[in-house]
Amino acid sequence: MNFDFSPDQKALRDQARKFLGEHASSTRVRRILDTDAPYDTLLWQGMAEMGWTGTAIPESYGGAGFGHLELCVLAEEMGRCVAPAPFASTVYLATEALLLAGSEAQKRRWFPRVAAGEAIGCFALAEGPEAPAIESLGTMAQGGALTGTKAPVLDGDVANFAVVAARDGDGVSLYLADLSATGVTRAALKTVDPTRSVARITFTSTPAEPLGEPGAGAALIERLFDRAAVLVAFEQVGGGQAALEMARDYAMGRFAFGRPIASFQAIKHKLADMYVAVELARSNAYYGAWALSTDAPELPVAAAAARVSASEAYFHAAKENIQTHGGMGFTWEFDCHLHYRRAKLLGLLLGGVPRWKDLLIARLEARADAAAPAASPA
Amino acid sequence: MDFSDTHEEAAFRAEAKAFLASSAEPKGGTFETWQSRFPDYEGLARAKDFQKKKAEAGFAALSWPKEWGGRGLSPIYQVIYAQEETRYLVPRGYFEIGLGMCIPTLFTYATEEQKRRYAPPALRGEEVWCQLFSEPGAGSDLAGLRTRAVRDGDHWVINGQKIWTSGAHWADMAILVTRSDPKVPKHKGLTFFFLSMKSPGIETRRIKQISGQSHFNEVYFTDLRIPDSQRLGAVGQGWGVAITTLMNERLTSGDYRGPDFDEIFSLARTVRLDGDPAIRNSAVRERLADFYVKSQGVRWSRFRTMTALSRGETPGPENSIGKLVNAAKGQDIASYAMDLMDMGGMVMDHDWAPMRAAFQEALLSSPGSRIAAGTDEILRNIIAERVLGLPGDVRVDRELPFEDLPTSKR
Repeated sequence: MNFDFSPDQKALRDQARKFLGEHASSTRVRRILDTDAPYDTLLWQGMAEMGWTGTAIPESYGGAGFGHLELCVLAEEMGRCVAPAPFASTVYLATEALLLAGSEAQKRRWFPRVAAGEAIGCFALAEGPEAPAIESLGTMAQGGALTGTKAPVLDGDVANFAVVAARDGDGVSLYLADLSATGVTRAALKTVDPTRSVARITFTSTPAEPLGEPGAGAALIERLFDRAAVLVAFEQVGGGQAALEMARDYAMGRFAFGRPIASFQAIKHKLADMYVAVELARSNAYYGAWALSTDAPELPVAAAAARVSASEAYFHAAKENIQTHGGMGFTWEFDCHLHYRRAKLLGLLLGGVPRWKDLLIARLEARADAAAPAASPA
Repeated sequence: MDFSDTHEEAAFRAEAKAFLASSAEPKGGTFETWQSRFPDYEGLARAKDFQKKKAEAGFAALSWPKEWGGRGLSPIYQVIYAQEETRYLVPRGYFEIGLGMCIPTLFTYATEEQKRRYAPPALRGEEVWCQLFSEPGAGSDLAGLRTRAVRDGDHWVINGQKIWTSGAHWADMAILVTRSDPKVPKHKGLTFFFLSMKSPGIETRRIKQISGQSHFNEVYFTDLRIPDSQRLGAVGQGWGVAITTLMNERLTSGDYRGPDFDEIFSLARTVRLDGDPAIRNSAVRERLADFYVKSQGVRWSRFRTMTALSRGETPGPENSIGKLVNAAKGQDIASYAMDLMDMGGMVMDHDWAPMRAAFQEALLSSPGSRIAAGTDEILRNIIAERVLGLPGDVRVDRELPFEDLPTSKR
C-alpha cells in the first residue's frame, strides 16, 4: 500500500513552496489584485525557468517529461498561495488538450514555447452566463475559419493560442487558433477574482486548424475536463488548507472575553469541520491523482468526485475563514478575500458543482449498468 | 502511488484468506452479523469456539508480543486481516475489549504472574473481559467518575455504579477505574483495578436501546471487595492507567456499520418517484452525490492511514474523522432512504421493507454511533486540539478538590 506521493515528489513540493513563498507572497499577489495587470509576468517567467510550465510535456518537445503526479504537487502549492499566473489555462487545459488530441506539428509548434514560458494557452468553450450547451454552440467553424464569440475565457486576454470548441459540418469539434491571427478581437472582463483575468474573444473568420478528430469535440471536452478537474482539485485543496491555517493562526492570536477565541468550542468545532472537509477533499483528490497518473478506467468517476469534494471544501474553508476573522475578515486589507474569491472562481472554472454532481451520478449509473446489465428490483 | 501489498503483507493476506476460508462461512448478505444469526448466549458460545481456532492459527492478537501468543505485528496487519474478514460471518464485539484494551493494560501494569494467569485464557476466548469506565455522571468527562474505592487492610471496598458497559452480563473479568480520594482534584484521586465479575457485590442490568437491542449494561457495586494485589498502577494514578487503556481504544473501537452509499444508490435506482426511478430526480441525484463524495473521502483517507501504518509510522488523530463523518452520514442516509420509500418508509417489517429494513434499523442505531466511543463533539475537540493545536477549553474543574465541584441536579 503506497497511497502517497514519493520522496522525490515531496522534495519538489518543498522546493515549490520555497519558491512561491518568495515569488507569490501576499504582497506580490496584491500587486495584481490592486492593479490592471492581468498576471504576474515575473512569477510566470520564474515558473517556466523552474520547468513547471512544461511539467507534463515530453522532453522531446522541450518539456520536463514528468508525470501528472508532479503536476498535482505543484497545483497544491499554487493553490495555497493563490498564485496570480495563467497556469490552469495554459497547463491544465491548453497543454492537456494538445496532449490528448494534438497532431505532431501542433505539439511541435506550441509545446517548446509553453515549456519556455513564451506562450500562454487558453480554452474557449462558454458563450454566456449559463452552462454551455455543447450541441448548440453559436461559434461556427467553416473552411478552416472560426466565427463567433466566446466568454468567459480564462486568461483569454493574454493568451497566445486558444483551444476553441465550435460547431462544424461534423457536429462539435475542437480547433486550435493562433490568437495573433486575423479576425481576433478581445476584451478583458472584470472578474470576481481580480488576481486572475477573464476575457471575451470574438472570432471573425479567424484561421484555425482542427484539433483531434472531427465531431469528437464533446467527448474530448469531457476527457479534458476530467483531467483538469483532478489538477484543479489539488489547487482547491491547497487553498482550503491555507484558509484553514489562516483561520487557526488568527483564532490563536485573537483574544476576546479574556481568552484566545481558539479556546471557544464554537470556533474549535468550526475549524474541526473545515479540517474534515479539506481532508476528505484531499483524499478524493489523491484518488483522482492515482487515476489520472495511471490513466485508469476509474478516472471519470474519480475526477468528478474530486471536483465536487474539493470545490465544496475550498469554498467552505474560505467563507468560514472570513467568519473566524470577524470584522477584519471582510476588509480589503486582510488576505481572507483572496481565498474567498479564488475558491469561487476555481469552483466555476470547469463548470459549477451542481452539474458535476449530476455527472458523477450519471457515471456511477453507467458503471453499475455495465457491471450488472439486467439488474432487477430487489 | 499504488495499491499493492508489500511482499510480507501479501504473504500474510494469503495466510489470512486461507484461515478464513477453512474456518468461517461467508456472510449470507451485506448486513448479516454474527448476532443477527445467533442470538445472545448461543452467539457467545459459538464465538468462543471460533476464537479458539483463531488463537491456534495465530490470528487472535496480531499486535501482542510473540511470547504471549501474538505475532508482534504492526497495525497494518490488523487492517489487512479485517479487510479479509469482512466477507465472512465472524464474531464481533465479544473479545475486542479484552484483547485490545484490558490485557494490553495488564501488559503495562500487572505482575508477570498475573499476565501468565490472564493473557492466555483471554486470547483463546475462555475468559471474556469488560471495561468498567463510564458512569451516569461521567461519560465524555470520564475523570468525573464517582464510584468510590475505600481501603480496608489489604483490600479495597467498592461502592457505586457504572454504565454503558459492553458485555458486562457475560464477562468473566473486568478492569475498573474508581475514585479513591475525593479531597484532591479530579484527575489525581483515581485508582485502577482488575477484578472477577463473579465477585460478590456486583449486580448487572441490561440496557434496552432505542434499536431494541441490548449491547450495554448498568453495573452496580455494593461493598465489592478487591484485593490490593489487583490494583494496576499506584494509588491515585488511575487516570494515567485509564489513558493507556483508551489509547488502545482508538485502534480497537468499531466504526459505524450500516447502509452506506451503495445501498441508497441501489434503492434510488429501484423505487419510483413521479413514475420514474427516483434517481432521475435532480434533487435526489444531488443528495446521492453528497453521500458518495463523503463515503469515498473516508475510504481514501483510510488508505492514507494504511500507507502510514505500512511504513511503520503512527497515524495521527486525523483517524478520528472516519467515525465522525460515517456515523452522521449513516444517520442521514437512513433518513433519506426512508424518504425515498415515501409512506412505505414507516414500515420496519423485515419481510416487507427494502433490504430487510436495513435503513429503518440504521435510523434507530445511528444515534448511538454518534455518541459511543467519543461523541461527535468530543471528536471535534480532539481534532481541534490534537491536530490543529488549538488550546484546551478553559477549565473550572482542574484545581478544585473533586468533592467541591458542582454536579448535575437530580
